[in-house]
Amino acid sequence: MSKLDKYLRTDQMPHFACPGCTHGTAWAAMIRSIEQLGLDKNKTVMVCAIGCAGRLPVYLDFPSIRTPHGRALSYATGVKLANPDLNVIVFMGDGDASAIGGNHLIHTARRNLDITAIVATNEIYGMTGGQYAPTTEGGRFASTAPFGMIENQLDVCKLVEGAGASFVGRGDVYHVRELKDLIASAITHKGFSLVEVFTTCPTHFGRRNNMKKPSVLVEHLKNLTVSKKQAEKMTEEEVAGKLLRGILLKEERPEYVETYDRLAGFKEEGESV
Amino acid sequence: MKDKVLMQGNQAVAEGALAAGVKFCAGYPITPSTEVIEILAKKLPSHGGRFIQMEDELASIGAIIGASAAGKKSITATSGPGFSLMQENLGYAAMVEVPIVIYNAQRVGPSTGGATKPHQADIMQTKWGSHGDSPRIALMPGSVKEAYEITIKAFNFSEKYMVPVVILMDELLAHMRESVIIPKKEELEVINRRTDVAPQAEYLPYRMDETGIPVLPPLGGGYRYNISGMIHGENGIPDLSPETIDACVRRINSKLDKYYDDIVIVENEKNESAKIALFVFGSTTRPAKGAIKKAKKAGIEVELIRPITIWPFPEKEVREVAERMDKIIVAEMNLGQTAGLVRQAIEGKAEVVQLNRVDSGHISVDDLYHKILEISS
Ligand SMILES: Cc1ncc(C[n+]2csc(CCOP(=O)(O)OP(=O)(O)O)c2C)c(N)n1
Ligand code: SF4
Ligand SMILES: [Mg+2]
Repeated sequence: MSKLDKYLRTDQMPHFACPGCTHGTAWAAMIRSIEQLGLDKNKTVMVCAIGCAGRLPVYLDFPSIRTPHGRALSYATGVKLANPDLNVIVFMGDGDASAIGGNHLIHTARRNLDITAIVATNEIYGMTGGQYAPTTEGGRFASTAPFGMIENQLDVCKLVEGAGASFVGRGDVYHVRELKDLIASAITHKGFSLVEVFTTCPTHFGRRNNMKKPSVLVEHLKNLTVSKKQAEKMTEEEVAGKLLRGILLKEERPEYVETYDRLAGFKEEGESV
Repeated sequence: MKDKVLMQGNQAVAEGALAAGVKFCAGYPITPSTEVIEILAKKLPSHGGRFIQMEDELASIGAIIGASAAGKKSITATSGPGFSLMQENLGYAAMVEVPIVIYNAQRVGPSTGGATKPHQADIMQTKWGSHGDSPRIALMPGSVKEAYEITIKAFNFSEKYMVPVVILMDELLAHMRESVIIPKKEELEVINRRTDVAPQAEYLPYRMDETGIPVLPPLGGGYRYNISGMIHGENGIPDLSPETIDACVRRINSKLDKYYDDIVIVENEKNESAKIALFVFGSTTRPAKGAIKKAKKAGIEVELIRPITIWPFPEKEVREVAERMDKIIVAEMNLGQTAGLVRQAIEGKAEVVQLNRVDSGHISVDDLYHKILEISS
């Protein structure tokens, strides 16, 4: 029995993930951050959709809703507006969040609704067998990119920053110790927060890109990112081509529901004028 | 005293929704339904509810399913192109048994069609537009006054039977103005979904009691369970065993059967001397009554059968009428969507005569009267 069992539907174990998959590492970091913050399980709603990353609610003992592919953020918007007292956490795969759900991602960020989105970027569609995602690095191979990825790689963090998110963070499962605090900061932030977590899919991404061994793939992650703090001490050439890790943006901005309720004069029914 | 108010069809839907206790609306503008979201945007906050304009119709319906799962009565309003975008999520709501109300003001189709002109051609899509077999209720009011009452009914049905309900109107009714008598609050029947659940330790979201309707407490209201569009058993957790797939698909698709008589609303005044029946709905209701009067003057008796509930299709009622008739005129602003359903229901007991108008003009008294003359001679 693990310390986190109280957050799990242990009767659903063993889980479905492939050996060496690190989505679970991101899930665990999220659960640890929930534990650290002492969030009430009953008042923390998990919204996920489809894909390996989105399978999470099956294993978590929270109120949870699994939506059609890509739609998690739209459902989460409804949950939050129905009951703003709830903590709403949305866990998505990179394809789920940024391809089929890309429009919802842009607009949920723009509204600055107080929900937390965690995007597990494994640079591939794991669930459907290794097709390329918007986040796949140029030149990488996927079942639908047999000659190498030719599209530009999407930077999810930059996208939501541009769209108006008030908290943006990036982490990866190699630097797992930083993840818990990063996700906790995102959850406590008032407004839309997004944390992109680089994870690994040895089964499909690794196998097609000469990194079949799970540890090799995690090692590859290690070199993909550099912490914001480290980067400050490095030269421009040294930082070039690396992704920044840590809190990339944090600004206090009016949150949607607060503003709505104030401007619209919202009253719960039965509340006196 | 009751209030008598001059209202547009869309306004009647918005006011009906407020009377039914709607607490959330998410929408994306589209003619001829937009007034509904405009009115709710303004009025919801003072009725304890919230409105949001979403980025598209996929998001609008997603948001109302989320809000309803969190316990709030929710509606979205749209028209053909938007309704097409909503289909996957509509099937989802039916599958997970979260109640929602969708208002579809039908416009000329297919595709962008014609925004400001009526059709009645989304009837089949309402039931079959989403993949897989799944249940729906669809209601078609015949006047502005009825739009108000039927909207309240739509919420009542969706809450009582944990099923998506579609209100199907057409552009004509949506923009028509008529007097509506607003009943007093005490006189309204407003039904809320059940919340009497077993303690968490024993609770299973999709374990049925004798009602066959699940009890789903609000997400975040103290119960921890999973809502999932994947095939699930009693515990709401995905399970793809053939037995569970079979049980799940059969259960959700038969759960309304025993409530047929409550759900199916049909206007039908028996006329023992009639050998012709007129099957119409929605905005054709009034012209149909005019045509029947005109025919009577000319010595021809015609019986009206008008479904307000179109899904589930009122097979029993239509068959009963067909047994007494020689011919049934099925008049609709499409190429024969319900004519097929009528044929299927009556199994040759009467001849089905179609009257289809798709030029965006309404089916007039004269259209119907001439058809009656033509087939009675
Ligand atoms: C509307 C729709 N289109 C396609 C699919 C098939 N599908 C399921 S998961 C998935 C991709 C998931 O990839 P990602 O979000 O990156 O998650 P991962 O499996 O990599 O964790 C796709 C395309 C679907 N379920 N629904
Ligand atoms: S396919 Fe990839 S992402 Fe999915 S469980 Fe396996 S390793 Fe993880
Ligand atoms: Mg992925």
